[in-house]
Amino acid sequence: MTTELAAPRRAPLDRTRLLTYLQEYGVYAGVAVLLLANVLFTPHFLSAENFRTQAVQVAPVLIVALGMALAIGSEGVDLSVGSVMALSTSLLSLYLGYGPWVAVIVALIGGAAVGLANGSLISFIGVQPIVATLALMVAGRGLALVLLPQLKDVRDPGVASLGSGDLLGVPYPALIAAALALAVAFTVRRTTFGRQLLAIGDSRPAAKLAGLPVRRVLITVYICSGVLAAVAGVLATARLQASDPTSLGTLMELSAITAVVVGGTPLSGGRIRIGGTVAGAVLIQLLTATLIKHDLPPSWTQIAQAVVIVLAVYAARERGKR
Amino acid sequence: MLSVTGLTKTFPGARALDGVDLSVGPGEVHALIGENGAGKSTLIKLLTGVYRPDAGEIVLQGRPVRFATPLEAQHAGISTIYQEVNLVPLMSVARNLFLGREPRGRLGLIDFGRMHREADEALRALGLRVDVRRPLRSLGVGAQQMVALARAMAADARLVVMDEPTSSLEPREVRTLFGVIRALRERGIAVIYVSHRLDELYEVCDTVTVLRDGKRVHTGLLAGLNRLSLVSLMLGRELGEARAATTGARASGGEPVLEARDLTVRHSLHGVSVSVRPGEVVGLGGLLGSGRSETARAIAGALPPDSGQVLVAGLPVRTGSTPAAIRAGISLLPEDRKAEGIVPGLSVRENIALAALPGLARFGLVDDARVDRVVDTFVKRLRIKTAGPHQKVGELSGGNQQKVLLARWLAMRPKVMLLDEPTRGIDVGAKAEVRRLIDELADEGLGVVLISSDMEELIEGSDRVVVLKDGAVVAELTGTEVTEERLLRAIASEGTRAPEPTGAPEPLEVAERAGAARSPDADRRDRP
Ligand SMILES: Nc1ncnc2c1ncn2[C@@H]1O[C@H](COP(=O)(O)OP(=O)(O)OP(=O)(O)O)[C@@H](O)[C@H]1O
Ligand SMILES: [Mg+2]
Repeated sequence: MTTELAAPRRAPLDRTRLLTYLQEYGVYAGVAVLLLANVLFTPHFLSAENFRTQAVQVAPVLIVALGMALAIGSEGVDLSVGSVMALSTSLLSLYLGYGPWVAVIVALIGGAAVGLANGSLISFIGVQPIVATLALMVAGRGLALVLLPQLKDVRDPGVASLGSGDLLGVPYPALIAAALALAVAFTVRRTTFGRQLLAIGDSRPAAKLAGLPVRRVLITVYICSGVLAAVAGVLATARLQASDPTSLGTLMELSAITAVVVGGTPLSGGRIRIGGTVAGAVLIQLLTATLIKHDLPPSWTQIAQAVVIVLAVYAARERGKR
Repeated sequence: MLSVTGLTKTFPGARALDGVDLSVGPGEVHALIGENGAGKSTLIKLLTGVYRPDAGEIVLQGRPVRFATPLEAQHAGISTIYQEVNLVPLMSVARNLFLGREPRGRLGLIDFGRMHREADEALRALGLRVDVRRPLRSLGVGAQQMVALARAMAADARLVVMDEPTSSLEPREVRTLFGVIRALRERGIAVIYVSHRLDELYEVCDTVTVLRDGKRVHTGLLAGLNRLSLVSLMLGRELGEARAATTGARASGGEPVLEARDLTVRHSLHGVSVSVRPGEVVGLGGLLGSGRSETARAIAGALPPDSGQVLVAGLPVRTGSTPAAIRAGISLLPEDRKAEGIVPGLSVRENIALAALPGLARFGLVDDARVDRVVDTFVKRLRIKTAGPHQKVGELSGGNQQKVLLARWLAMRPKVMLLDEPTRGIDVGAKAEVRRLIDELADEGLGVVLISSDMEELIEGSDRVVVLKDGAVVAELTGTEVTEERLLRAIASEGTRAPEPTGAPEPLEVAERAGAARSPDADRRDRP
């Protein structure tokens, strides 16, 4: 009987393992496949210039996605990130008269304030994250437009260099995004805040009874998300050399959520994968770039994104079941 | 009726079940026992379609079956009460009872009137009187368990599987349950019964199968086996007489380390006062819903009281705040381990370190080496059975999850420990260890409040028992009064005696006298 037992045990395990791998490493495989396809079929893909462009373009999405990953890990979500980008661009151009540094700091404070409002609504009043941040999404965009009703050019050498300067050939936005990704990954993995955040996301009642500072952690999460979105807003402004609160950051929340989910972070909270999130953002960027370079209409990009999301959610679902 | 051969299930990192055979005939009550993590729940989940076996065959009424989902198993006539209450907390009691087979009226809509009526009848038959329209979560764990039982009964089953159904029931409800089991037996329905309480097995079961480390080590009639041989079959070794020496007196002098005064919570507590001295184990007695858990939760800050005070070592603690209570040195092991205790997705290591984390960190950075040391100590000391510290707690067996929680609180080095059903779902070997641990902790000067629906455990473990009824203290048993008979009498006493304001100091005096009387004994025990 023992010989009989050994053989069939393999099969179901391997299927589970395959799905596990798909969820854990699917994003990386996806990025690799897209890179390879582009190297083979897209002319001039392998140029330094192209890589620089891609890196600069992915930076804002990536930075926003980092904050989103924290929010999702705490079993929440932050829909206000796009509006925070708009608010930060408005604040930046309003305060540019005091010098670029002051303006940037004010813009970041604006992001933190929105995050504080989100976090307070969620943790003190008990509003659902999706509702609270939806409210701030509307309010934030409104405030941005009140502060700066229309598009305005940003002519400041300091700000401009933030968007187009580089260090050893690596553009500043990409460097900043990489540094922030490392910092967030470190925070999640090594600090008490990170561990408490995951525990709260996994089981709120248990975390409460274990005496964790649930409110403080949640407020911190949304402040981080707000500040990160503001950083993204500043970088996007610097690259465009213009402040456009009407359109900057629209649909950003969706791209960020996609990057996080595709990266293997479950929407049910309790787990955060920063590496996956970075790869998820890169995947979406490459997908968009590929379709554009092959002259396909933008609606195709959206369809492709949808397919990727469905795949990611499928992998996650199958894994949770067995 | 049911026969199982060569059932095998492997999880990543653990062979939970290894070629197990089992057969149960109609009208047979079959006990399934084994240590924590022996594979009992896994076997049951294979039978009921929660997991699929890697190998082996399940034959039900002569036909080989493979269930893809629990629903299929239900339709085939297997109904189950799982170890952890497995219902929908936000839905009403009635909807939970009829989930998946709601009575339909015209147009295929749910006939709520009929559903509520039938639900009420089904629960009354089990001696449970609740408003079936209320959400399930408003009920205590024990009452929820009875709802699960009613649900299993209502389905037209050929085989009823019960995974530790009595772990949160009161003696009275256990009686009811046994009545139900006997009725099932008369109707020719087979029952598989999992429990760590051996007395119960002898009372209702005919046959027994013992599992150890995923293998079947014994099957036979229960009547021919005595307790000790049963235990040694389970453990694979003799159970040391660990407890015998540790009952009885303990130095309970000095100022109370915990004092709760006049705790009042609307609808559940009416002026409850409890005090605990260092090194004392105070039991809270009473029936389900008498306010024992609420008292513990109010003391630990998990339930904000409307009025009343909590003092630790004479200093008032802000009520209604868990962090404040924990900082003051109060730890609560909650009753509902699944919902409020474990963080299922995190590892054993993270779960143990969870509460103590700020103390194991420097400048907000976790000191991994220190965490590893603490985790290692407790995994060894409590004998937590796990594939490794990085295994998810949700994957551990029920008893081992409980040990992880105990470890979490012990790592905090608390002054007062509130234990709500600490040995619920723990096997005999581990139970003895936990009890010894409680004694040890008390000897080290910890104040312990013990809640247990296991009468024997409460009596043996406590130096003093405060009896609650309908949210008020009705009696306090000290010294030689702490007997099962006195406790039952106190619980049964008619009417709620209003807590007199002057009532509190008096029993304290009694306790002191009793403590003094026993002190020579205690001195002896204190010496190393
Ligand atoms: N989903 C899972 N993933 C990995 N390991 C698991 C999983 N479920 C159970 N196990 C392991 O299988 C073994 C058997 O667990 P099981 O729950 O069947 O024990 P049990 O006999 O019911 O114990 P208890 O008396 O504590 O309830 C344990 O070692 C457990 O860690
Ligand atoms: Mg079990």
